[in-house]
Amino acid sequence: MTDHPLLRHAWIAVLALAVLAPSLVSSYDLNLLGRFLAMAILAIGIVLIWGEGGILTLGQGVFFGLGGYSIAMYLKLASLEPGYLPDFMEWSGVMSLPWWWVPFQYPLFAVLAVVLVPALFAGLFAWLVFRRRIAGVYFALITQAVALTFATLLTSQQSTTGGYNGLTGFTTLFGMELGTDAANRTLYWVTLGLLVAVFAGSKWLIGSRFGTLLRATRDGENRVRFLGYDTTPYKVVAFALSAVFASIGGAFFTLHAGVVSPAFVGVVPSIEMIVWVAVGGRKSLWGAVAGALIVNFAKDIVSSAMPEAWLYVLGLVFILVVTFLPNGIAGLAEDLMKRRRERAAATGTALLEEAQ
Amino acid sequence: MTFHSEIKPGTPLLQVTDITVDFDGFKAIDGFSLTLRPGELRILIGPNGAGKSTFCDTVIGRVQPASGSVRFMGQEITGRPEHEIVRRGICRKFQTPGVLPSLSVRDNLAVAAARDRRWWTTFSHRRAAEETRRVGEILETVGLSDRAETLAADLAHGEKQWLEIGMVVATDAPLILLDEPTAGMGPNETSKTARLIKSLLGRHAVLVIDHDMAFVEELGGTVTVLHQGRFLKQGTVDEIRADPEVAAVYLGRAKE
Repeated sequence: MTDHPLLRHAWIAVLALAVLAPSLVSSYDLNLLGRFLAMAILAIGIVLIWGEGGILTLGQGVFFGLGGYSIAMYLKLASLEPGYLPDFMEWSGVMSLPWWWVPFQYPLFAVLAVVLVPALFAGLFAWLVFRRRIAGVYFALITQAVALTFATLLTSQQSTTGGYNGLTGFTTLFGMELGTDAANRTLYWVTLGLLVAVFAGSKWLIGSRFGTLLRATRDGENRVRFLGYDTTPYKVVAFALSAVFASIGGAFFTLHAGVVSPAFVGVVPSIEMIVWVAVGGRKSLWGAVAGALIVNFAKDIVSSAMPEAWLYVLGLVFILVVTFLPNGIAGLAEDLMKRRRERAAATGTALLEEAQ
Repeated sequence: MTFHSEIKPGTPLLQVTDITVDFDGFKAIDGFSLTLRPGELRILIGPNGAGKSTFCDTVIGRVQPASGSVRFMGQEITGRPEHEIVRRGICRKFQTPGVLPSLSVRDNLAVAAARDRRWWTTFSHRRAAEETRRVGEILETVGLSDRAETLAADLAHGEKQWLEIGMVVATDAPLILLDEPTAGMGPNETSKTARLIKSLLGRHAVLVIDHDMAFVEELGGTVTVLHQGRFLKQGTVDEIRADPEVAAVYLGRAKE
């Protein structure tokens, strides 16, 4: 893929455009782009666990939600007048802040929670499951059950989680007023910077010996075991990292969207996340980023024209991609490039033969 | 760490004594014993169902014997878990090629050659110089030097078999079990495989399971014949060929 010199440097142009986006697009589109870049951070996590590790997970919405709710709880508390409780608590007759809300008044705690809660939860969960050699469809189903449980729990605890409506009405972040053009630009750049960092870190990890062993485990777990390795830690680390990326994505999505609710964490959104990466290409970092952006922009366009049609379009796209492009857009691009190289090589040989 | 420093001269490398493997009343192995010296080549032959693969499974701990004992480098390993037996220095190549398709040939060997298997040390791009040297050596030995960067998935069938033999060698295990290493190979590939296996002897003891007599002849070494789970005969290839009893149960059947 990186063979063509023009393409090898294409990322510089893409990155430059992304940095300049605030002066190029409307503030509505910038907000959308910011949300989708946050989702792209999550998509990179899916490349690690599903693309490199070969482990399909249908529960990324849970971690997206953990990040989103962690930051939203802080935002909600920071936006209150002193002495008041969040609006939905007062409506439900809650008299004092539940104990698990209390530490979220500290921004540092909320930020740490975005990273540590999913890391610990996903790490422990994956260790318990993988150690017992549960894999494949069974693992996917367990993660889906967790997504369903988490969404149901959030919806049912109306008085402390905001229920179906989730958390919204944020005004201030770390002392910065939200919603202004300057705040939106800053948030956008921070999101972009994190995406670049996560991208670069993941690229490094995939190229490391850890990455080699993760792929080796995907290819032939028994073979790797018979070479004397314990394969569980590689899968656990990949899963925990994908959870942390999903959580960071969820936190930044919440900052851009100004809302988090169970609608982003359940079974359907978790499957949608897999579709982004399937469309873009699960074995390619840039493919996953492209997939997250393309599918979400398409969703925005289709949903505003025909709100009911989106799920049908999504389903159709998924079927087409799985049938015709098993490695997504990135895989297609690679095949085309390879074919061109081979044709060029063939022409070269023909010319050589002619010359002789 | 190297396994080889732990080998005591004079002690058999592998000592299997009177093992019986019982699959719900069917005795796949019935009171079989076998002793291997360090660096020795042994060929285990026998008609289909004689218990050759079951014997390998028992040595590496995949199958537990109902009775008898397996000792490796003087220590009892009967009933130990598979990965522990691997770490003690027995490595097995299965019948079907078990290479890692989406890794390059070099990475396949590097995974096998790595001495430090603690996962938290893998967050690095560097490989120990000793490992890199060893991978280069094995690439030479198995004749895949010019295919080092090829994905294992793109190798020809014979090349995959050699790569897997290379992986087994890369673990530097003193005992290597090869289950039908020439399955699906043509005559040229088969004799290349025989030369490859002979080049491993001395540093590695090799136990080969096969029933291609041309290959066995090319390998030379001691042949043990297994029949219905029991020891039948042991000797040089020529002795085994000339033995009427072996001919009756095995060679005779092959001629039919």
